[in-house]
Amino acid sequence: MATLFQGVGAVTPFSASTSLHSNKLHLPPRKSLSLSESRGAIFVHRSDARLNLKPATPKQDLLIPNAIATKGDTSTPTKSGHELLLFEALREGLEEEMERDPRVCVMGEDVGHYGGSYKVTKGLAEKYGDLRVLDTPIAENSFTGMGIGAAMTGLRPIVEGMNMGFLLLAFNQISNNCGMLHYTSGGQFTIPIVIRGPGGVGRQLGAEHSQRLESYFQSIPGIQMVACSTPYNAKGLMKAAIRSENPVILFEHVLLYNLKERIPDEEYVLSLEEAEMVRPGEHVTILTYSRMRYHVMQAAKTLVNKGYDPEVIDIRSLKPFDLYTIGRSVKKTHRVLIVEECMRTGGIGASLTAAITENFHDYLDAPIVCLSSQDVPTPYAGTLEEWTVVQPAQIVTAVEQLCQ
Amino acid sequence: MALSRSGSKLLKPISPFFSSAPSILSRSISSSNDSITVETSIPFTAHNCEPPSRSVTTSAAELQSFFRDMALMRRMEIAADSLYKAKLIRGFCHLYDGQEAVAVGMEAAITRKDCIITAYRDHCTFLSRGGTLIEVFAELMGRRDGMSNGKGGSMHFYRKQGGFYGGHGIVGAQVPLGCGLAFAQKYSKDENVTFAMYGDDGMGTAEWRAAKSPAYYKRGDYVPGLKVDGMDAFAVKQACKFAKEHALKNGPIILEMDTYRYHGHSMSDPGSTYRTRDEISGVRQERDPIERIRKLLLAHEISTEAELKDIEKEVRKEVDNAIAKAKESEMPHPSELFTNVYVKGLGVEAYGADRKELRATLP
Repeated sequence: MATLFQGVGAVTPFSASTSLHSNKLHLPPRKSLSLSESRGAIFVHRSDARLNLKPATPKQDLLIPNAIATKGDTSTPTKSGHELLLFEALREGLEEEMERDPRVCVMGEDVGHYGGSYKVTKGLAEKYGDLRVLDTPIAENSFTGMGIGAAMTGLRPIVEGMNMGFLLLAFNQISNNCGMLHYTSGGQFTIPIVIRGPGGVGRQLGAEHSQRLESYFQSIPGIQMVACSTPYNAKGLMKAAIRSENPVILFEHVLLYNLKERIPDEEYVLSLEEAEMVRPGEHVTILTYSRMRYHVMQAAKTLVNKGYDPEVIDIRSLKPFDLYTIGRSVKKTHRVLIVEECMRTGGIGASLTAAITENFHDYLDAPIVCLSSQDVPTPYAGTLEEWTVVQPAQIVTAVEQLCQ
Repeated sequence: MALSRSGSKLLKPISPFFSSAPSILSRSISSSNDSITVETSIPFTAHNCEPPSRSVTTSAAELQSFFRDMALMRRMEIAADSLYKAKLIRGFCHLYDGQEAVAVGMEAAITRKDCIITAYRDHCTFLSRGGTLIEVFAELMGRRDGMSNGKGGSMHFYRKQGGFYGGHGIVGAQVPLGCGLAFAQKYSKDENVTFAMYGDDGMGTAEWRAAKSPAYYKRGDYVPGLKVDGMDAFAVKQACKFAKEHALKNGPIILEMDTYRYHGHSMSDPGSTYRTRDEISGVRQERDPIERIRKLLLAHEISTEAELKDIEKEVRKEVDNAIAKAKESEMPHPSELFTNVYVKGLGVEAYGADRKELRATLP
């Protein structure tokens, strides 16, 4: 498996082993307030304002990050950890890795002097120089190919697409060279590249700048895809992606860059192939990732008020799916709802539906419901754009129908 | 057997680049390391830079190794042609015969630390970077002993320790990769260079349709360029040496190698729809790279006609042996389908189209 957490232990709910037998987790019992006492290197941080009053079994003593962006941490008197925004978390992860390994370099449009279109690389060019944080011309195919060629020799480049949609121009390089070179060279060359950038539907950015490329890239063999959704997992996944020997595509979302969260001071690296349990529950499993996680959590509030108990899992790893976590959840709740931002046809949800049906068909009490965006180019008008994307009210309705 | 790397033993200082005084062919006795000065067939044409001199220093040993290496490459490509027609090689097969001077000349001018990356016409370049005949034929036939374990095929030859980065199927995709290799060399302050090679067109796309301006060595406009006779191994060697020094000091340079392939673009292209047979045989008579070396060897009395014929016979035998051995090699095992997809094991299951067979955990 790819690299695991060092330091904070309680983030990913399941241990890294893929054995299906370990049902016991050895985590400290949950306290209702965050701790700063250290037992070895294990910290449990909770930064959401709500206190979850349901007593949880030790097995599900898990990190629940804030469901709503930028709420004050009134319930966390501790001073350990530091608060930052998601793009700062990405930058921190990037900077730590650049510090640690001189082969790590960044290339992309406006990453150097401008500091990155979303400020993820701000200050890095001044610190590390123009060659290590390289400003490229507007030629995605060329600089992605350049990153791949550099990775073949042992450098660890991070290619930033200013917007994921622009990487369609680099599809040839990503599919044919990035994904395939390790295989066609018989293992001679590894491509430890990270391709990252913001995607997803923003606020009236127009059709071409609101694309969800994970659905196009998911078939490419040889690459891994992850999607971050909180500052905590953004930093952890960024570090894991850089350390991975495989090519990794890290999907960020345009609207999530200003999320604020308190993250630990210690170094931690998350696992690239694991999903995150956001909210344990009993009645229905809701699988989601990236921005839709927040819509789901909003819907979850309403659902809880109505008496439902949804289990929310942020799948994080888009390729390969963490079928272990997902399977455990399905076996418990027997109902699945997938909420995603991809289009209906050929999206991540479609593949996930197929994967769950194939593997866990016997455990399902109802057909899998998949809520995705409409199969239309994203319109500019605000109201239309809202209807393209899944909204919390639709999630609530879907759960109600599913649970009948 | 790998190609002999005699280039590295012969680093005699080349005559000054910027002199324009032609030098005379000097006759020497045939002791291997005496230097012989040879003149290239035509002078270099330069764009935005000073062309190197026409006279190239070489030696008897280098001449002999050039001859042997090019004869080996030629034989290998012709053998690949017959194997393809015998349906032992399938899919795509792009042959390099006629262009051997480029591979051999380039190799003589650089070290293994310099990188070469090219497109799909890569069999001979692989050989010149240290590959063996068995690896070539086994890979072409899809066997396990190929350098990519049979999983790459004709268009995917790589040799990491030889600094050969492939082997790419999509036209032009290797150029940005070559840029990346050079970037990494600059990053690590290596003092090595990368040669990224690409062709002028594919299939029957004529020069005038592929590019508006066929003066390719000027294509970079402000990037300096050099036009070289690609059928003359010494011109190639001189140009590559010049280019390496130029690139280390001043940045990129374009070399236009005017070369000629005898076969069609690939095995599915007869090569006669866009050119006449007379043209092909004309080039073969006047500009063939191996013939040029043969004439030089005979003129300098380094080898006799009979010796050269012997070398060719020996090379033919070597190729035949390699083919026989490669034919004995096995097909890859089915589990190889899933190896080397990812680097670290993921524990994810993968299976073939028939879900019942071939369940494997990705290694």
